[in-house]
Amino acid sequence: MNDAAPMIDIRDLTVTFTGGRKPVHAVNGVTLSVQRGEVVALLGESGSGKSVTLRSLLNMHPKHRSRLNGSVIAAGQDVLKLSGRALADYRGRVASMIFQEPLLALDPVYTVGAQIVEAIRRHEKATLAVAQARALALLQKVRIPSPERRLQAFPHEMSGGMRQRAMIALALACNPQILLADEPTTALDATVQIQILLLLRELQRELGLTVILVTHDIGVAVEVADRVAVMYAGRIVETGPVREIIRNPRHPYTQGLLASRAHDAMSGARLDAIPGAPPDLAALPPGCAFAPRCRFSAAACLAEAPGSVAVGPQHSARCLRLAELAAA
Amino acid sequence: MKDVPHDPRDRGGPRQPLLSVNRLIKHFPVNKGLLGRSKTVVRAVDGVDFDLLKGETLGIVGESGCGKSTTARLLMHLIPPDHGEIVFDGESVGHDLPLPDYRRQVQMVFQDSYASLNPRLTIEDSIAFAPRVHGVPRREALGRAHDLLARVGLEPSRFAGRYPHELSGGQRQRINIARALALEPRLVILDEAVSALDKSVEAQVLNLLLDLKEAFGLTYIFISHDLNVVRFMADRVMVMYLGKVAEIGSAQQVFAQPSHPYSAALLASMPAMDPDARTETAPLYGDPPNPINPPSGCRFHTRCGSVASVCSQVEPALEDAASGQRVACLMRQPGSGHPAAMPALEVA
Ligand SMILES: Nc1ncnc2c1ncn2[C@@H]1O[C@H](COP(=O)(O)OP(=O)(O)OP(=O)(O)O)[C@@H](O)[C@H]1O
Ligand SMILES: Nc1ncnc2c1ncn2[C@@H]1O[C@H](COP(=O)(O)OP(=O)(O)O)[C@@H](O)[C@H]1O
Ligand code: SF4
Ligand SMILES: [Mg+2]
Ligand SMILES: [Mg+2]
Repeated sequence: MNDAAPMIDIRDLTVTFTGGRKPVHAVNGVTLSVQRGEVVALLGESGSGKSVTLRSLLNMHPKHRSRLNGSVIAAGQDVLKLSGRALADYRGRVASMIFQEPLLALDPVYTVGAQIVEAIRRHEKATLAVAQARALALLQKVRIPSPERRLQAFPHEMSGGMRQRAMIALALACNPQILLADEPTTALDATVQIQILLLLRELQRELGLTVILVTHDIGVAVEVADRVAVMYAGRIVETGPVREIIRNPRHPYTQGLLASRAHDAMSGARLDAIPGAPPDLAALPPGCAFAPRCRFSAAACLAEAPGSVAVGPQHSARCLRLAELAAA
Repeated sequence: MKDVPHDPRDRGGPRQPLLSVNRLIKHFPVNKGLLGRSKTVVRAVDGVDFDLLKGETLGIVGESGCGKSTTARLLMHLIPPDHGEIVFDGESVGHDLPLPDYRRQVQMVFQDSYASLNPRLTIEDSIAFAPRVHGVPRREALGRAHDLLARVGLEPSRFAGRYPHELSGGQRQRINIARALALEPRLVILDEAVSALDKSVEAQVLNLLLDLKEAFGLTYIFISHDLNVVRFMADRVMVMYLGKVAEIGSAQQVFAQPSHPYSAALLASMPAMDPDARTETAPLYGDPPNPINPPSGCRFHTRCGSVASVCSQVEPALEDAASGQRVACLMRQPGSGHPAAMPALEVA
């Protein structure tokens, strides 16, 4: 893999779930590339396809109930073609994932230490002593107090924040280049969330990780991301450097999301809310999926799904009326 | 405070608090070990006092497990308190004011929009249910349900006959709000009522809550872990920590100049909205302690950046502070023995 190539390159990814009565079009043409060492936040509402996109990067979708098209290249590997031993090697060693709920990643019947040791020895020919020493170092790295003692702890014996740290340690056990984080702080309290965000920022810098972080919270994206990709109904509708997205959003959906926040609204005033609700992914409108809620929508918006248009350095949006709206 | 439209049920006038809560306590026994019988308790709510003024919105914030929902359930009389008194517009609940009369006037909306609705009832029947139980004839109750549907922004002709599973989360929460209003309550307790909604839908429901409050002269208790939303909604805010009130005061004051070190840390933990002013250090380390065995003295002393030796020995009472809030911190109490406190006032 040459150095200039992006670490992650997703092209025209579509994911359709076919298990139910009607096919669910969860991801509808996502294209995203992430440079080595870059942190990208996938921002969007519930059901917009953030987690499905992320899970594609680990080739985690159920084979018989999902249909994937497009390509996903990570660290030079064609992820959707991996299977068996190669896929197992890729997961954990090239890319690994952390979740909102650590109990999904941690096994309740083994100690934290045993799980980290096992993960290391599954991927590498390390002796038990070497693996144990690395497990201890990992717990230190994620700033778990009294790490020697914590190696012997079971997940349920730890508080929420400590479990989150333990899960991060487990994800980093085999020195992955890519860390995928799916709402890692959503279930945490404010004072614990900020600790975990700062830890992720620090580990990313120290280890040079390439990170995709999924969140529905703009504040979380601002704290950790270099770049933000805003998802709506299975598409990235706008992507750009975090400053640009916050200060100069160009897609009407991004603009609407920022304008409707209680964050800087006058107390007691009414919020500038986006009307309606996100579309049903089993019955997507043919044109721009946001058109039914968009105050700028025109006839053309209902007919044709907009392509991606560059609106600045590294900044692009999918909206047919970008030029007119900018001029207005 | 805005003018509250005159309500014939109003007794003590606008200055009398709608609700006065005195030393409310609820401990839950926990089963430890197979033989059970231990006296271990979770001190979920451990002496909570506050007044709720007519027509205001009181926000309650604090980390999970600090006792927000237990406080709400106690106020609703869904669970009996171990101790404490609730006075509603001058009348002691359960004594001067019989429980059924109190319950009509206080309603609650929960976070989980689905669990709160009976899946077998149509939307109109769900909304009409409580009035019918209270003896309102069916036709009248359904008529009122349709009015309420329109008020919460759901066209009655399209929605009245639907079932809960045919609605989105935001629509279901509108139904829950309509249901809470069906008995024309004076107080509505909103416990994380918008927390499960998408951001774009949350804004709509917050606007709706503000409109309804104005239209019906309601008083709200608004519980949320989202401090931005509380700042927007609340006139006053109460910060809880491990079953106790750390600070209570005007929302503007508490957000701009928190007086309790915990409130300050909680606010400073909110993610920055400015990419050029990201948070550099976390205000607190670790998780909140377990309410089964809370720290001695000030419950915050194990995490407090201003802790002094007196803090582990003396439990600070909730007292008026110079800043106008009521605060439970020894630093803010003259003569407490905390080095940062002012010396005791001379009593002439
Ligand atoms: N295994 C599956 N089978 C069927 N449908 C699925 C499956 N996984 C996800 N979906 C559907 O795909 C859509 C996108 O889901 P996804 O989990 O990516 O949302 P998200 O953006 O992560 O939302 P949230 O913020 O709620 O986590 C949803 O409609 C979801 O119900
Ligand atoms: N029915 C119950 N039995 C035992 N413990 C409970 C019960 N309800 C709440 N608790 C405990 O009481 C504390 C306060 O809970 P709660 O009021 O739900 O907090 P919050 O709403 O602030 O998150 C927590 O430690 C919780 O686990
Ligand atoms: S009483 Fe002491 S420990 Fe408690 S908040 Fe005040 S300074 Fe901190
Ligand atoms: Mg998700
Ligand atoms: Mg709660």
